[in-house]
Amino acid sequence: MQFGLSESQRILQSNARKFFAAECPMAEVRRIMETDTAHDAKLWRAMAEQGFLGVVFPEEAGGMGLGYVELAALAEEMGRALVPGAFLSNLFAGAVMQATGAHKHLAEIASGGKTATVALLEANPNWDPQAIHMPTLAGEKLFVPDAASASWLIVAARDAGALALYLVDSHKARIVPMPAMDLTRRLYKVTFDHPAAELLAKGEAARKALDQAMDVATVALCAEMTGGMQRMLDIAVDYAKTRKQFGKPIGQYQAVQHQCADMLLFTEGSRSATYYAADTMTEANADSHTAVSVAKAYASDACRETGNRAVQVQGGMGFTWENDTHLYYRRAKASEIAFGDAAFHRERIARAVIG
Amino acid sequence: MDLNLTPQELRFRDEARAWFAANVPKDWVKRRDEEESMAGRFEYLRAWQRKLYDAGWAGISWPKDFGGRGASVMEQVIFIEEMARAEAPPMANVIALGLIGPTIIAFGTPEQKKRYLAKMLSAEEIWCQGFSEPNAGSDLASLSTTAVLDGDHFVVNGQKVWTSYAWAADWCELVVRTDPAAPKHKGLTALLVDMHTPGVEVRGLKQMSGESEFGEIFFRDVRVPVANLLGKVNEGWTVAMGTLMHERGTFGAALQVNYRRNFNRLVEIAKKIDRNGKPAAQDPLIRQKLAQCYAEIEVMRLNQLRAFSRINETGVPGPEGSIQKIVWSELNQRFQQVAMEILGPYGQLAHGSPGAIDEGQWAYGYLRSRGNTIEAGTSEIQRNIIGHFVLGLPKSY
Repeated sequence: MQFGLSESQRILQSNARKFFAAECPMAEVRRIMETDTAHDAKLWRAMAEQGFLGVVFPEEAGGMGLGYVELAALAEEMGRALVPGAFLSNLFAGAVMQATGAHKHLAEIASGGKTATVALLEANPNWDPQAIHMPTLAGEKLFVPDAASASWLIVAARDAGALALYLVDSHKARIVPMPAMDLTRRLYKVTFDHPAAELLAKGEAARKALDQAMDVATVALCAEMTGGMQRMLDIAVDYAKTRKQFGKPIGQYQAVQHQCADMLLFTEGSRSATYYAADTMTEANADSHTAVSVAKAYASDACRETGNRAVQVQGGMGFTWENDTHLYYRRAKASEIAFGDAAFHRERIARAVIG
Repeated sequence: MDLNLTPQELRFRDEARAWFAANVPKDWVKRRDEEESMAGRFEYLRAWQRKLYDAGWAGISWPKDFGGRGASVMEQVIFIEEMARAEAPPMANVIALGLIGPTIIAFGTPEQKKRYLAKMLSAEEIWCQGFSEPNAGSDLASLSTTAVLDGDHFVVNGQKVWTSYAWAADWCELVVRTDPAAPKHKGLTALLVDMHTPGVEVRGLKQMSGESEFGEIFFRDVRVPVANLLGKVNEGWTVAMGTLMHERGTFGAALQVNYRRNFNRLVEIAKKIDRNGKPAAQDPLIRQKLAQCYAEIEVMRLNQLRAFSRINETGVPGPEGSIQKIVWSELNQRFQQVAMEILGPYGQLAHGSPGAIDEGQWAYGYLRSRGNTIEAGTSEIQRNIIGHFVLGLPKSY
């Protein structure tokens, strides 16, 4: 038994770190987040060339055919670098395509030729697919990530009471920005009025595909959050080592030091839970669904709290626009909400372990 | 990353599991919750450890030459988990097995290893750890018990406190000051002291939970042979830190199994106990709190698994052990509080009370958990260690 990255997983992670340090430094993050969609075509092509867009998708669909631990290792680096744009929404959509056997579309997603996102939430938002009410393809979807840069929208709707998943050309829908906290990932309101659509799955198959795809996206998100936490911790610790008050570095005071120690506890706990969840998914363990919920429940609170401490440790500097912390802090809140917050996942855990 | 057991680990686990299934005393679980004298229970646990030793199950990762099994740290962890899973009694000589034995393996002379280790494993000689003093707790290096060389003996004077199993111990790993003029970390020495030497006196110390696990030890002109020096003179701090790293290293392995068992028991209770006309287990707030406990126990288990994998590779526990220490102690306090909320008025009932759930174990567990963030290094000291040794922040003290 070995709980840690293997040699090849370590190489993948360190290559990803080097890649994002070179292709997506903070100056580039800030430039891209000022654009209309916060999604950069050039960066996307470079990521596609690395194989990052299809890391967990099967080789016959143009992916790398690797496991979820490899996905987590990559996503952790993306979270650390705060890579803006459609990676996560595109991964979620690709995972739906994979789960519904839409391999032809998946190949275009994995190659970077097309991008896709999933339109799920409605006016009464709930991550449980049972809460989907929109009838086949007329109505509004809210909080749809990266809709403006997506080529395709996967829409969850009700067809005579049954859950159904459709693929819609994004030009066939009305897309309006919903300006929100995270500047690096945009949300949209998307309105459908009977567009041409391809049915991907219906009924139990649709439900299963969504569940599966949501676990894939959630575990990647938890890994991103872990990377983000690590970065916030590093920024705060660097500051605490150099900033002096009362003639000493503030990191020498226990009130500050203990906040940093707590940030490490949150970060390491999230990392342990995330990689375990990823491994159970690769191994297709029976409890992988619960393991994903444990990771998301823990990381949701941990990431927010790490952000709180990182701002506090840096005092006034931590509260400035110029300091990178707030960009991670904004992402932390969006990530906490995405795919269900801690309370949502705790109830999922309760159903599994209490009944 | 591979969380599957290797074929060898699997064989080992199956062997351990089968042995426990056949050998765990049937009366233990009942006996555990009964009132019994500490000494009576200790003799029972001592006999149990002897049985484990005779069957080759004591000192899993200790070298074969010293009576151990010569297996890996991971097998040690598997063994601890199997033991907890089988609800086996703990071993009597816990301080020796977990802390002092590994320290002697690291720092002892060949003669010392030969003399002490096998008798630790067989529970023939019980050990305690003489570190803390009335004026040296978190600031351990300021300790003032002295040892002065007199011919071929050290003469020890002073007092130790919070010493677990002092009342049962035959031997003590004692840290003393040998050079009062040196900076505080540089004048310490570790000695192996026979607790039956004239001048050694042990007094019990009653805790808020009602037991007296701890004791005070007084040393008055206690003569300790120079041969009982562990490591070198004035290098006792290094030896003591080695011991404390082990304390925070694999100690938590059994805890996660016990925590999971306590959690499962609390869920059973929550399904039966009423809250606003419904079983507590159906109350949304209780469900949130139970699920949070479950998640935290999982995170603790997984943090440990990562740490054990690292120890398995590097051979030694590192300062990250402080993470495990904070997690197991603070989590248990939160869990015990959730248990109190679920049990309501029943939570406060002590052993022997009419209507007490689980013989009053929950009231005991709640009180006992207060000690968790103090024993084996306070949460504050652990955060200092993380701040300085893991994050590289300047030392605060």
